[in-house]
Amino acid sequence: MLFRKASSPFISAQASVHTIMYQVLYALIPGTLAAIYFFGWGVLINLAITAIICLFSEALVLKLRNRPIKVSLKDGSALITACLLALALPPLVPWWLTVIASIFAIVIAKQLYGGLGFNLFNPAMVGYIVVMISFPREMTYWTAPLGAVDHWLSFSDTFSVIFYGALPDQSSIDSITMATPMDTLKTQIGLENDITSTRHHKVYGTLFSNISGKGWQWINLLFLLGGLWMIKMKVIDWRIPVSFLLSLLLISNFFSVSDYATYPSALFHLFSGGTMLCAFFIATDPVSASTTPRGRWIYGAGIGVLVYTIRTWGGYPDGIAFAIILMNMAVPLLDYYTQPKTYGKADTE
Amino acid sequence: MTSEQQTIVKNGLWTNNVALVQLLGLCPLLAVTSSLINGLGLGLATLMTLVLSNSFVSIIRHWTRPEVRIPIFVLIIASIVTAIELAMNAWFHELFLVLGIFIPLIVTNCSIIARAEAFASRNSVLDSALDGFMMGLGFLLVLVLLGGLRELIGQGTLFANAHLMFGSAAEGLEFTLIKDYPGFLLAILPPGAFIGLGLLIAIKNSIEKHKSKQTIRVSPPVKPAEVAVQ
Repeated sequence: MLFRKASSPFISAQASVHTIMYQVLYALIPGTLAAIYFFGWGVLINLAITAIICLFSEALVLKLRNRPIKVSLKDGSALITACLLALALPPLVPWWLTVIASIFAIVIAKQLYGGLGFNLFNPAMVGYIVVMISFPREMTYWTAPLGAVDHWLSFSDTFSVIFYGALPDQSSIDSITMATPMDTLKTQIGLENDITSTRHHKVYGTLFSNISGKGWQWINLLFLLGGLWMIKMKVIDWRIPVSFLLSLLLISNFFSVSDYATYPSALFHLFSGGTMLCAFFIATDPVSASTTPRGRWIYGAGIGVLVYTIRTWGGYPDGIAFAIILMNMAVPLLDYYTQPKTYGKADTE
Repeated sequence: MTSEQQTIVKNGLWTNNVALVQLLGLCPLLAVTSSLINGLGLGLATLMTLVLSNSFVSIIRHWTRPEVRIPIFVLIIASIVTAIELAMNAWFHELFLVLGIFIPLIVTNCSIIARAEAFASRNSVLDSALDGFMMGLGFLLVLVLLGGLRELIGQGTLFANAHLMFGSAAEGLEFTLIKDYPGFLLAILPPGAFIGLGLLIAIKNSIEKHKSKQTIRVSPPVKPAEVAVQ
């Protein structure tokens, strides 16, 4: 039997927090561009608000804590939080909601726990959950994606909706926003309409594409590509995304095969909502995710099961944030019980 | 007031505050402080219990055998709480309904038996009553502060439902911060209680740190950790 021969010196990538974080940011670019393309100016405005507030509040807390400001701001971790938050929030949410989410993410979830490396929970997801449970109505302000409508809301209209709550002439909040495909399916199934009739409904039908939802499938696909690039660059470990996607695939396939009229297909689950963003960018957070190989398998699979459970039977349309936070809580336990055996040592138990 | 009594006052309100330092009675503290009036109601009930139980325990301290003192304290506290519960049910019925189980649960508030055991059983009646009053007042102030903060942030009002306590004349007390305040539900939900109490404790600690003016050694800045790549 032949083994691959390798001899020293083993060259390893020059990895620092800074380079890793910036590679993550680069990998986010294609999916973010797609989100902007499909949902319009709102995404860009949100991104600007979260970036400014996250960096500012990080600097403020660091100053209060007498820690070096420049180094921490430059490492890009606050920017990633800002990006994830902006991508998770609906494009037309009022500005103050975005500000609250950013402040909670950075000040409470990250800095009060001790800053980068010490936070138990994923900061962006904490910020998202805070506004999700506090302002459920505003969190439905999704615009219809390009494809379902033929043009974006103009920049000035978007700006005035976000900053002044002023709607364009002759429109109501219901005419410029639209439920997400996932939310629509959930509501319609709740009303005992089956999936096929919802997909061909003359109003809601425009939201759906052959795979999942218009726009959503491309956004998810591009996040998937960005994620694969990160795995290739060894920025993230492959176990968490694989086990998360696999468990989501298996469980959603099981239910949709057993009753395809009320349970959406596995493909729909994989390519709608925040699935791919979660798989590669949120669940793989090096700080709040599990760090042992076996722990990572369990962590990813747990998120998959929870996401499916919340999406299908829970009160919220998408369950990514709650699933991540719940599994974050399990991480210390997972890491404790899944320590790999030290090479050359017998089991001590 | 003797210097000893001054210490008692200071202990109850600040240095040894039940809620902020001893962290006793957290269950009612976190559960009922969703509004200022709720906090005030429970605070007053606890205050009254503390004064009465401390006094009674102190009165009988010479005849209580140490072997059986704890059951005796518990009996005294339980009868006082029962009396207060019945009184609230009679005169503040609506507030009683709002506070619900947390009125009878005052029995289990550790601060009450802690004061009986640690202070009242070995001090004079007057001092014990004062200690009970100050400890209760310290607890009440934190309840009111936390309740007020959560109510203000959560729904933008203060003194909502004041009529539950002060009768219909107090309905005008309700004060609205901003019109059309969208409400920040998190502050009223349980996480708001934990975050709020945490912040209050942090503020208290930072005030003390500031007052003592001791040079606190600042730990050297942590260098960002290197992320290992597999």
